[in-house]
Amino acid sequence: MTAPALAPKAPPMAGARPRRRWAGTLVRYAILLAFTAFFLLPVWLMLITGLKRFAEVDLAHMWDLPSGIFLENFSAALAKLGPNLLNSVLLAVPAAGISALLGSMNGYVLSKWKFRGSDFIFTAFLFGMFIPYQSILIPLVQFLSAIHLVGGIPGLILVHVIYGIPITTLIFRNYYATVPNELVEAGRIDGAGFFGIYRHVILPLSVPGFAVVLIWQFTNIWNEFLFAIVLTRPGSWPVTVALNNLAGSQIVEWNVQMAGALLAALPTLLVYIVLGRFFLRGLMAGALKG
Amino acid sequence: MATVTFDHVTKRYPGNVTAVNDLSLEVADGEFLVLVGPSGCGKTTALRCLAGLEAIDGGRLLIGDRVVNDVAPKDRDIAMVFQSYALYPHMTVYDNLAFGLKLRKMSKADIEARVQVAADTLGLEKLLHRKPKALSGGQRQRVALGRAIVREPKVFLMDEPLSNLDAKLRVQTRAEILRLHRRLKTTIMYVTHDQVEAMTMGDRIAVMRDGLLHQIGTPQELYMRPANLFVAGFIGSPAMNFVTARTSPDGLLFGSTRLALRGAWRDAAASVPDGSEVTLGFRPEHLEVASEVPDAAITIPASVDVVEFLGNEELIHAQAEGQEIIALVSSDRKVQAGDQVDFALAMERLYLFDPTSGLSLVR
Repeated sequence: MTAPALAPKAPPMAGARPRRRWAGTLVRYAILLAFTAFFLLPVWLMLITGLKRFAEVDLAHMWDLPSGIFLENFSAALAKLGPNLLNSVLLAVPAAGISALLGSMNGYVLSKWKFRGSDFIFTAFLFGMFIPYQSILIPLVQFLSAIHLVGGIPGLILVHVIYGIPITTLIFRNYYATVPNELVEAGRIDGAGFFGIYRHVILPLSVPGFAVVLIWQFTNIWNEFLFAIVLTRPGSWPVTVALNNLAGSQIVEWNVQMAGALLAALPTLLVYIVLGRFFLRGLMAGALKG
Repeated sequence: MATVTFDHVTKRYPGNVTAVNDLSLEVADGEFLVLVGPSGCGKTTALRCLAGLEAIDGGRLLIGDRVVNDVAPKDRDIAMVFQSYALYPHMTVYDNLAFGLKLRKMSKADIEARVQVAADTLGLEKLLHRKPKALSGGQRQRVALGRAIVREPKVFLMDEPLSNLDAKLRVQTRAEILRLHRRLKTTIMYVTHDQVEAMTMGDRIAVMRDGLLHQIGTPQELYMRPANLFVAGFIGSPAMNFVTARTSPDGLLFGSTRLALRGAWRDAAASVPDGSEVTLGFRPEHLEVASEVPDAAITIPASVDVVEFLGNEELIHAQAEGQEIIALVSSDRKVQAGDQVDFALAMERLYLFDPTSGLSLVR
């Protein structure tokens, strides 16, 4: 009965709806583009300044395009920051790797081998995420000097690994919650033990989890400044600290500074592009019923 | 191959839930035992206890002569087929089958030979290099079976292995598992909630409810001599009719209908005080629409509500003394809604139950 009554109304509605939707999409995209442009302004400024000659850099002309492309800034920055870039790699790669592995093992235990009090321990881990860096800085320095690890990269790796445990554990525990328990049980019956199941069943299914955690940890550790400046001597400075000290005492070579900042930002972008491919969907497909 | 013994096994979950309550049963060597019951009855928990995936809180579990209470799952010499199949998604079919053998440090040649045999048996030869996600539901199910049989264990544990298949494939796979059992002669403990599956597959069936074992016996025994109301109602499709009657000095009073009993039935009715309620049970397929009632039978007058034509047979929904009953009769009887009919029931097809305890009164 209602269908014939509605039928005459249908054509005008069918005409109006797509037009309205199209207008809505346009407005939405305009707003998003405006935000994107606003967000990218500093990067744009960094890029054009990094390509300018020293003489071209001043406040009045900061938005002007460079008169030519001067890559000398980049080679100058690289010459000064090269060792520190290497320090950052030596810091961020092992620290991200070790904390990801520890987080993965923690997550495995806390999601697949629950024991009495395991949920409490998990909550206690999470609590670690909410302790501000600044509040533990002094005891941290004292502790590291007591175990003779202050000043070098290994000490900084240790700090980042420990500070990374809560977040990596959280991400992996939640990721493993999506791995069916029956896979672990099938492994137990097939004859695998605690580590056998981890190595043969859980780890091969963890690729997306590792991609997320490695990107997160690498970016955070690479960009971190406070621990680095407090805990390392100049020879072991990672690039963030060195970049800050690139500025001379009398004048700041903004063009070289900006080129250096770009160089320092590149590796995190690279990691994101490389690891982003491993955000695989459907890795678990086929484990359970059709 | 081995026997399986549950000796007063109890399993409790936190929150004082008793999932398996004092379960005692024995599975003979090479027997196909089906654990059946409604969901939450403890059948899967019992199976998981035997697998070693759950620790038991009381009693003993034996595989063969060995007490396995504290033996790790991998050392119990069992294989399990999971309801969800639980195939390793990152491994090929070959590796799924070979995984357990590799962990047992078997030689490569032996592994390959065993996987080949299992693949031949289950028709998986062409799928060995595929991953589970490239398989259909039925194929995954067979891989799950294959993973169990390559191990050549003493006991197979199967947890509702057919419940995720469509109806046609289920019937097919049912036969396949039975063929497999006949060939391998391995003890199988099989869990299902489907009484048809239980009846068609089991050498014996154990019926559970609320963690308790209600009856164990062959399909025929459970069908012909159910021990209590629950088993009587659970086994058989359509389900048994239950109506209420009272005992009287010369038999039973079912509403205004007097039912004359003989032999063991009369003794059973006489064993409870006159005037007490008893539950009568009779299966729909044992009722007959009779114009002439033979001597050996009792008569139940009823008025027909609905007739459902099923082809060869029809289901008659009727009211007898104000209580609803169902009869399954051959479809040439031409019974129609509104008819008054007399149903004849052979005396040995009548069950009497104590309505409070649920126990069968005729023994």
